[in-house]
Amino acid sequence: MTVHSAHPPGFAHQFEDMEQQREAGSLGMWVFLLTEIMFFGGLFASYIIYRALYLPAFEIGSHLLEVQFGALNTAVLILSSLTMALAIHSAQVGKRRAQVWFLITTMILGAAFLAIKFTFEWHHDYIEHLVPGFGFIIRPEWGAAGQHVPMFFCFYFFMTGLHALHMIIGIGLLTVLTVMAHRGRFTPEYYAPLEVSGLYWHFVDIIWIFLFPLLYLIGGRYIGGGH
Amino acid sequence: MSTATIDVHEAPAGSHVNYLNAKYGVKSWLLTTDHKRIALLYLVSITLMFFVGGFFAVLMRLHLIEPQGALVQPETYNKLFTMHGVIMVFFFLVPSIPATLGNFLVPMMIGARDLAFPKLNLLSWYIYVIGACFTLYAVISGGVDTGWTFYTPYSSSFSHTSVIPTALGVFITGFSSILTGLNFVVTIHKMRAPGLTWFRLPLFIWAIYATSIIFILGTPVIAITLFLLGLERLLHIGIFDPAIGGDPILFQHLFWFYSHPAVYIMILPGMGVMSELVTCFSRKKIFGYSFVAFSSLSIAIISFLVWGHHMFVTGQSIYAGLIFSVLSFMVAIPSAVKVFNWTATLYKGSISYDAPMLYALGFIGLFTMGGLTGLFLASLATDVHLNGTYFIVAHFHYIMVGGAVMAYLGGIHFWWPKITGRLYPDGWARFAALVIFVGFNLTFFPQFMLGYLGMPRRFAVYPAEFQVLNVMSSAGASILGIGYLIPLIYLTWSMRYGPAAGPNPWGAKGLEWTTPSPPPTENFEEIPVVTEDAYDYAHSTVTRV
Amino acid sequence: MSGHIVSVKLYLGIFVALLCLTALTIRVAYIDLGAFNTVAALAIAVVKMLLVVLFFMHVKYSGRLIQVFILAGVLFLAILVTFTLADELTRHWSPTPTGWGIIVPLLSRLF
Repeated sequence: MTVHSAHPPGFAHQFEDMEQQREAGSLGMWVFLLTEIMFFGGLFASYIIYRALYLPAFEIGSHLLEVQFGALNTAVLILSSLTMALAIHSAQVGKRRAQVWFLITTMILGAAFLAIKFTFEWHHDYIEHLVPGFGFIIRPEWGAAGQHVPMFFCFYFFMTGLHALHMIIGIGLLTVLTVMAHRGRFTPEYYAPLEVSGLYWHFVDIIWIFLFPLLYLIGGRYIGGGH
Repeated sequence: MSTATIDVHEAPAGSHVNYLNAKYGVKSWLLTTDHKRIALLYLVSITLMFFVGGFFAVLMRLHLIEPQGALVQPETYNKLFTMHGVIMVFFFLVPSIPATLGNFLVPMMIGARDLAFPKLNLLSWYIYVIGACFTLYAVISGGVDTGWTFYTPYSSSFSHTSVIPTALGVFITGFSSILTGLNFVVTIHKMRAPGLTWFRLPLFIWAIYATSIIFILGTPVIAITLFLLGLERLLHIGIFDPAIGGDPILFQHLFWFYSHPAVYIMILPGMGVMSELVTCFSRKKIFGYSFVAFSSLSIAIISFLVWGHHMFVTGQSIYAGLIFSVLSFMVAIPSAVKVFNWTATLYKGSISYDAPMLYALGFIGLFTMGGLTGLFLASLATDVHLNGTYFIVAHFHYIMVGGAVMAYLGGIHFWWPKITGRLYPDGWARFAALVIFVGFNLTFFPQFMLGYLGMPRRFAVYPAEFQVLNVMSSAGASILGIGYLIPLIYLTWSMRYGPAAGPNPWGAKGLEWTTPSPPPTENFEEIPVVTEDAYDYAHSTVTRV
Repeated sequence: MSGHIVSVKLYLGIFVALLCLTALTIRVAYIDLGAFNTVAALAIAVVKMLLVVLFFMHVKYSGRLIQVFILAGVLFLAILVTFTLADELTRHWSPTPTGWGIIVPLLSRLF
């Protein structure tokens, strides 16, 4: 039996050493992200099918979204990925306060994303009668494609909603991590929870990287765009 | 390989410190992170769900004694076959071998002290229980009548039954599967003992690994599908709603993308058990180890390419049907490879007919029948006539009951001495295996004939000329039911009154057999170093006790 | 995870690249490229994803195993989409196949 006393804090005894534990933890998070790819993937696949079948309706729906908020949110998330990466970097070089500040900044950016989405976008869409099941009104100027426009908005709300749910969970994770980091739990020898949560956060960012063009930029935004 | 030599024959059963007696009390069980205890927690829950699902089957077979139905209203009958399917598929078959035998054996077979994530393992059991509670709530709040397949738009817009609780229950339990699969994949990759290369692994591990791939890739898709279904019922609008352009066939694509690989989740672990049983009870190494290992991976991968064969007659494009038909023929090949290899292992083996072997031999015959009848269904022209009939019902029961359940029982009997430290009464075990075999065939062979003659499935009534075959099937079901009760009784009895088991009563090869029965909590005093191939019975010095 | 430490400069560089690519994807959307608009948008999104995966998620410094797992996810998603599309888009194709006579019309449909 290997010697216990030499193991750093956070060592789990089913493993032989910290290296095995780190590799297992990392592989475990990647396998989990694989399941998330398939989970979101079912939605993406359905979206692709219906977009192929109802392109005119999807273009109409897409043009009703406001690109500036989508773009702003994209920038916010990319910045939050940077701060997350820098938080981990701070742990790798042993800077405790920097870790905490970067984690808090990441959380603030995540919250900003949600605020922009829920207040400027979702609420606005609700007022404009563009939420299926909540007073959706099919506008006559949409023409023959009108009956399928609610389908686009179903996908818009389901996909951004599921994404937002994952953001909220991510912010919850970050809260726990911030407390742990503040207590000095993460050192250059042991920062696995940070690294693994970083993977999750980056993954949520990647989902948005695809959602933005797929939802906001269908059929182009040029004059006369959408055919 | 270093082993602890504890002479348990003289000592009373379980007198050494082992995982069962190391700690006492309800909390030590409900908060355990020991994979062996978690396996037992699962064993209890899964057995409970098996008998609930079986109860619905009994009601169905009693009802079908009469052509006009003998027991219940048609609406209730719809609920019976739905609940039977939901419970048996999602709450019994999918978790069965992986969560019980897999959880217990994977760390032991690879020489590890536990799985990679023991707390996730415990969480997966709680998630299973919570999901089961939602589904049982659905049962007592009036049931569900959509079929276990939840096809839209009936399930999304028209059924007045407890669809959301059931879908929610299945959704939640899906995460239990995902966590189990995740744990197995990481453990097998990262925690094998020194010297245990991939090609020295027991084939049970290969099978569990392949199953875990399916857990990971497939389960999330049904999770999102049921989630969308629940949302649509709640909001009265959604992506399957024809009013806004929704396609009911899309639901079927998403549903079967998981549910076809799911049937391989149900059979692959059983095939893994088969490799262990056939080698031990022929005292021979497996014929064609790498073929069997790769066939498990092939089945897992190809299983994701064939789902459309469930939709040949529901409105799918015939061009897609052609593609899926060809691929469905291909998926049969690796399964056939396994059957050939097990049979070749038996050839010139030193065969003994203990209960586990009786189950294994039954498996070979029944799985082959089920698998071959699958080919009739993979062929478009014949499927047109056989789809929606009892032929399908017989086909999948031959595989899932004649195959998977028999393998599960064979595995339970094989590893029972290791898990409990007790031996069960041999005579009763063999008797029960035979009763199950006879009862099973009497139940389901007539159903092949009924299907061929045109009796539709999921109907509460049937034309009078089918009555004789239906009565035969129901008679078989009663025998089968009794057959399942017998092991429940003697296995439970053996836990208290069975004679003590030594470390290796079968004289089997495998790291799990080098530990005492039951094993200590940490599995191995010293992590073993592996130097020999699997199933090295030719050079074995281990004999049966 | 290899414990490999990526420099802050590299992180900042990737960040700037991601912002530029976002601006590019919006700019391209305002130009009429016909069906190519979608291709361009997706291509840019894939590049952004690769930057995040390789550098922020350290996959560039990780072993083969994780790369295989990521590829597997992408591959099986592609299977779901492709086979389902194969059904949805051919639903109303004619002629309906009856025997070998289908081959020539089918081939002429494809090419």
